Amino acid sequence: MSVLLRWARPGLIVALLAFGAVFPLVYTNPLTTTYAIDTLIFVGWVVAWNMFSGYSGYISLGHAVFFGSGAYTVGLLALHHNLKGGVTFALLPLGGLVGAAIAVPFGLVALRVRRHTFVVITIAVFFIFQLLAYNLAFTGGNGGVSTPFATWNPATYNNPYYYAAFLVAVGTILLSWLVRGSRFGLQLLAIRDDEDRARGLGVRAMRVKLTAFVLSAFVTGFVGGLWVLFIGQALPNSVFNPNYDLTVALMGFLGGFGTLWGPVLGGLIVEPVQQQITLHYTNGYTGLIVFGILFLLVILFLPRGLLPTGKEWLTRLQARWERRGQAAPGGGMAVPGTAVAAGGGDSTGSVAAAGTAERSGTPRAGGAR
Amino acid sequence: MTALLRMAGICKAFGGVQALDGCGFEVERGSIAGLIGPNGSGKTTLFNVITGYERTDDGDVYLNDRKITSLPPDKVFALGIGRTFQLTRVFARLTVMENMIVAAHHKERAADRARLRNPFARAGGPATRRRAMELLEFTGIEKHAGALAETLSYGQRKLLELSYVLMAEPEIVLLDEPAGGVNPTLIGTITDRIRELNRQGTTFLIVEHNMDFVMGLCDQVTVLDYGNAVVTGPPEVIRSDRRVLDAYLGAAEGDDDASAA
Repeated sequence: MSVLLRWARPGLIVALLAFGAVFPLVYTNPLTTTYAIDTLIFVGWVVAWNMFSGYSGYISLGHAVFFGSGAYTVGLLALHHNLKGGVTFALLPLGGLVGAAIAVPFGLVALRVRRHTFVVITIAVFFIFQLLAYNLAFTGGNGGVSTPFATWNPATYNNPYYYAAFLVAVGTILLSWLVRGSRFGLQLLAIRDDEDRARGLGVRAMRVKLTAFVLSAFVTGFVGGLWVLFIGQALPNSVFNPNYDLTVALMGFLGGFGTLWGPVLGGLIVEPVQQQITLHYTNGYTGLIVFGILFLLVILFLPRGLLPTGKEWLTRLQARWERRGQAAPGGGMAVPGTAVAAGGGDSTGSVAAAGTAERSGTPRAGGAR
Repeated sequence: MTALLRMAGICKAFGGVQALDGCGFEVERGSIAGLIGPNGSGKTTLFNVITGYERTDDGDVYLNDRKITSLPPDKVFALGIGRTFQLTRVFARLTVMENMIVAAHHKERAADRARLRNPFARAGGPATRRRAMELLEFTGIEKHAGALAETLSYGQRKLLELSYVLMAEPEIVLLDEPAGGVNPTLIGTITDRIRELNRQGTTFLIVEHNMDFVMGLCDQVTVLDYGNAVVTGPPEVIRSDRRVLDAYLGAAEGDDDASAA
């Protein structure tokens, strides 16, 4: 069983990578690959969002600012210089840089306040940007920006976009993994748990939060640029789309807020479902209603997300399985997952219980309670 | 001996409430200083002012004669002042070891200054982990190093707080009610550890309501009342000082806070 679990993760990752790499060769239908590209773009976005919001606990509902700015940057450059085809991919870092550049003043203002106020400020900044996109001269107003179409073979037209999106998604997950294991990432997690305590232990909270915010914005701008290249058009309400902010948050919370793989799972589930709903009901509203309900259900019943909850069930199942195998009294194995579940709730009542444990010098048994 | 930590004329008001009103006293290097006073006398506010969580309205804080008034908490910590909180505050969803590594960060950063900095440097090098384990062994919670901090009992969290504050090798540690809500055996352990650290050169400033704890441990006790340092002296003197009895029992004004003692 434990051998199985040890190989489950790398095995799954390799399988996913292999599946992703051959996907457009197996499913050649352009409609299917379009779904897939869309999904991968959102996976990239939600992982980037989680890199900041999930790790720091500051929920941003304004990441579409970076997505839209990246999209407009890339779209306008492609349009004005009449760039099309493969060369346009070289514009993506510029989309990312513009997103990052906007994130600096945005973060300096918004990150001064604490979590709840931060959410409100991000929403407000988002609407300012949407208004700007409608009203500034160079953004093209209601008509937005259309990029020149690549002259690629229609049958495999989607493939370059697919692989670009695939690479971006994989790269973003890798970046997220690097951040999570780093000193910088640990400080972000400490800020999530108790920002004031972290500051009192030498963590320069503002700097750490801002760095994460800017990094996350860079990736989001990059992904926004890719999106406009693929769709061929950026409109004020299509790239500065408030629904995207909510969708990304839903993906993050559904899969597992603040975990590495949770947002990936969330993105892989939510985006195709959304596409299906839109296709079936041909209006955007049904999807919104379904998503609103789904969001409520997730917050109520899966507040930690699918992945952490699933993991907990698995360890609990494993504990039960092992206990049955041993059947010795008091022979409970210390299973980390169950220890968390058992220890989390009783912090107030544990003073007396812990007293006896400390007196005898033995740690509290983890599982089997 | 010189004063390691000196406060001079510190004032802090919250709206109409004058939490600190010209408070000033000194903590000598190598001592264990106690800070007592009735509830609401400004003890925690003073801690917050020293460690940069609150700005002063007036007055200054000096560490080794260097003015540290209103520096941000991370700087204060880096300069050598560690503190614990009245209600324990640990990083609940990080492991005990990770909690320790967070506190080691600024030292690690200082260590890599010479080399090229890797932005994704892994958290906690072997030296840091070894040091963390030593400290966890010192406070007796080393068995829990891999457990999430939220699984610790209240007393163990207090020990974790003490342990991670020590990661930075602070010159002075401010403890806010280390014995509050902790069973007698553990109080014994904490007293013991503080004495041992003090022998090794760490200075302490301790806020505590448990009189036996304070009087048994401290070299010097300061009494705070209405935001003012009323009197400072050795425990024997403080115990019988009229002003202390007044402050605690309200003999002169005949009011509230008898329960604090």
